[in-house]
Amino acid sequence: MAEYKWPEEGKRQHLGKRISRLDGPVKVSGKAKYSYDINRPGMLFGKILRSPHAHAKVVSIDISAAEKMPGVKAVKIINGPGFEIQWAGQELVALAAVDEPTAEDALRAIKVQYEKLPHLVNEADLSKVPASNLRPASTNATGDVAKAFQEADVVVEGFYGNDVITHCCLESHGLVTEWTDSNNVMIHPSTQSVSTVHNDLARELKLPAGNIHTHMDHIGGGFGSKFQIDLWGIEMTKVSQMAGGKPVKYFLDRDAEVMIAGSRPSAYAKVKVAAKKDGTITAWESDAWGSGGMGNIGSPPYPYVWTRIPNIKTKFQAVNTNVGPQRAWRAPNHPQAALITMGALEDLAAELKMDPLEFFLKNIELTGVRANTYRDELLKAAEMIEWKKNWRQRGEGGPGSTKTVKRGLGLSIHTWGGQPHNSDCDVIINPDGSVEVKMGTQDLGVGTRTALAIVAAESLGLPLNAIKVTIGDNRLPVSGASGGSTTIGGISSSTRRGSIDALNTLFEKVAPAMNTTPDKLEAVGGKIQVIGDATKSLTWKQACAKLGTQPITARGKQPGKEQLASAGVGGVQMADVSVDIETGIVKMNKFVAVQDCGLIIDLKTAESQVFGAMIMGVTYSLYEEKVMDDQTGRMLNANMEFYRLAGLRDIGEFQVHMMTGKGYDERGPIGLGEPPTNSPGAAIANAVANAIGVRVSTLPLTPDRVLAALAKKGGKG
Amino acid sequence: MSSSDERHDNPQADQAGVSRRNFLKGTSVALTVPLIAQSEKVVKAAGADVPVYGPDKVNITLTVNGAAKTASVEPRVTLLDTLRNELDTTGAKRVCDRATCGACTVLMDGKPVYSCTVLAIEAQGHKIETVESLEQNGKLHPVQQAFWDNDAQQCGFCTPGFVMACKALLDEHPTPTDEQIKLGLGGNLCRCGTYHGIKGAVAQASAGMKKLKGGKRNG
Repeated sequence: MAEYKWPEEGKRQHLGKRISRLDGPVKVSGKAKYSYDINRPGMLFGKILRSPHAHAKVVSIDISAAEKMPGVKAVKIINGPGFEIQWAGQELVALAAVDEPTAEDALRAIKVQYEKLPHLVNEADLSKVPASNLRPASTNATGDVAKAFQEADVVVEGFYGNDVITHCCLESHGLVTEWTDSNNVMIHPSTQSVSTVHNDLARELKLPAGNIHTHMDHIGGGFGSKFQIDLWGIEMTKVSQMAGGKPVKYFLDRDAEVMIAGSRPSAYAKVKVAAKKDGTITAWESDAWGSGGMGNIGSPPYPYVWTRIPNIKTKFQAVNTNVGPQRAWRAPNHPQAALITMGALEDLAAELKMDPLEFFLKNIELTGVRANTYRDELLKAAEMIEWKKNWRQRGEGGPGSTKTVKRGLGLSIHTWGGQPHNSDCDVIINPDGSVEVKMGTQDLGVGTRTALAIVAAESLGLPLNAIKVTIGDNRLPVSGASGGSTTIGGISSSTRRGSIDALNTLFEKVAPAMNTTPDKLEAVGGKIQVIGDATKSLTWKQACAKLGTQPITARGKQPGKEQLASAGVGGVQMADVSVDIETGIVKMNKFVAVQDCGLIIDLKTAESQVFGAMIMGVTYSLYEEKVMDDQTGRMLNANMEFYRLAGLRDIGEFQVHMMTGKGYDERGPIGLGEPPTNSPGAAIANAVANAIGVRVSTLPLTPDRVLAALAKKGGKG
Repeated sequence: MSSSDERHDNPQADQAGVSRRNFLKGTSVALTVPLIAQSEKVVKAAGADVPVYGPDKVNITLTVNGAAKTASVEPRVTLLDTLRNELDTTGAKRVCDRATCGACTVLMDGKPVYSCTVLAIEAQGHKIETVESLEQNGKLHPVQQAFWDNDAQQCGFCTPGFVMACKALLDEHPTPTDEQIKLGLGGNLCRCGTYHGIKGAVAQASAGMKKLKGGKRNG
């Protein structure tokens, strides 16, 4: 009988190989239908009127003119008179019309009177935050920090921060929604949770959950911001109902997308760290704050990764601001924690005149259980970026520096959990030999479809093209939302169990015909054969023909028998930058990452995840910032020309090394989407400090901030 | 670091890729050419007869991927929205909707344009090619194949725009320099961070297209 445990290296046909994603051809040819691409007969176009004010009361709303306009099919007030608006962009009225221009005209015909109220939209300077906007502080302490600072040889204090950024998914949030009859709704949302996104909608519409059908083939980015049906999903379904059930397409315009459809909270901290003369870290103290809008947020984990520093004292306070609410942003809290922790420690190393690589290695046991992984990864990354050859003391400028362009190196280490989520998977072996894998999951572009096919093909001894994968529908076996890097562990475990169970059932059916018992059979190279004896075999097709008319359907589950996936990874990143001290422009020369993620299913898409996270990291380190205007309370760069993403020209040379083999493979698959997102800000900020000899305190490292830091230092390059 | 000013310093900047300058040039040319759509009014402007459309819907004919397509749209409707909403040609994506990100890139007479910032009425009389036109007889175009092979897509929402910009780049510069690549693809943005794969894809496609030119040219 076949076993659940993953095959060992050398016996793997597909696992861990470089396999091109299955949905590549439909994506490169424009055939892939994203929910934004769904056009339905008689479809209406939805629009939402949003508040221009960050804090205001709605006094009156007059929708009568809009309702009378030809082509307008339904107008619905979402938040009416008396409602207190808490951020610019908050929803007031939803409507649907025969086409988009008509819907836009209808929005303009709505009259709203507001009573403006005072707002707060920036919190970097805590001294300017009114007490009423401060949430209660949380504190933590271990050891004796006061004593440790007193006894330390070197103490360094600094301020570090990271402004609010947004998800800026290229496919904005939204859906196509329609009533297929008076009791049933069909939605095509852009969602990270195909199996569960309909539940809130069902509750709101007072429909049985089974009356809502969700389908999504492709999603144009989520990054943690697309788990919910969202207010617009509910309201547009109600608007559809008002319009006789007609399909309504509603996707956020770009300004709304970056204003209100998710952001990453800011993080600021005053940090004090201490060490002995020999470089041993002895104490950490941080006074931190941040804001994710009006809701509460938790503290990033300070000190990050270096949790075994013997004396630690932390304080964190959330600030309420009148800004569109935060959502999970790829590795919530970790990039901020990495920036602030690794920045403070790099400053400490600089004060000690120590090479930060040596400094990290010397203290590596303070990272805890993954110390050995970090040590191996630090050494590997150092080799890739030629650290010894290229690193110089802070402010000296690395090799190749000129009078005006200074080169520097920086590093950071990070972690993430990535435990498997719950997942059900149906593996079907048909009498004609075809195989289907069915699961209510979604492929965010990470290669989930491909991973499902790889696991099933590997388990059944078949080529990849023998597997038909069906995902993206809530009528399929339920699998978890894609968040927290939980997908790969969940979906690979359930698919492995389902495939092995199906295969063992097939063995039972064919064993008598092969004059053997099921426990003596194996599936190899498209055949069912007696273990180790290729002469006693049936082709896969011959074997399946013995099923008669009834296919085998096996339901694989996660969690289930035997542990196939686990959690907890470590990674290291090192950046090589050049900074023009006349213009303040930071340029990436080279960026390297070393990452572990347990057993790799597809090396090609795994590496792409790391490259992608690093590029996203360059973007948030150098360019991204939600610029809020104190006067109007509005976002000043609610677009893509001033809310900048890195382009092809901005990224420099990239290298990725995945830790695989002994010590890694036996842990099973572990989520990878998030961990490599954590270090870029820290590594790049540290490289800039190393290059120019002074810390630029806050991300993004825009030219004005670099020049201001240099000016403060006294203009010494 | 390259700055946007280099586009003006470098004569080749105008020959490939999507830039605002290219876009504006394309637009100004289009506006001086008589438009084909039915126009009820003609007014004198700068000494020339200029047709006036709308504000109501007008019937237009677009040449999309070699076929004449008709639609009825208001003059303010973009080529992108006409392709997507009227012709169900959804390969080109709407993202920034204001000529920054390149997800809507299509070719107009062989030159890349941001279709979100071309009016449908101006696109008449021009040859429009979308990403859907590249695959021939079930075979991916070398640019498409290269994007797949190099995993130059993740969510894939920017991919059609990148593929079209890349095709335009290679049509103009079969063996592009690094600087030509940066300029030619500098008008497209990706959020998942696929630029590493895209660089590899350009190199592979460049070799593939040269080979293809020896035989039958695709598109």
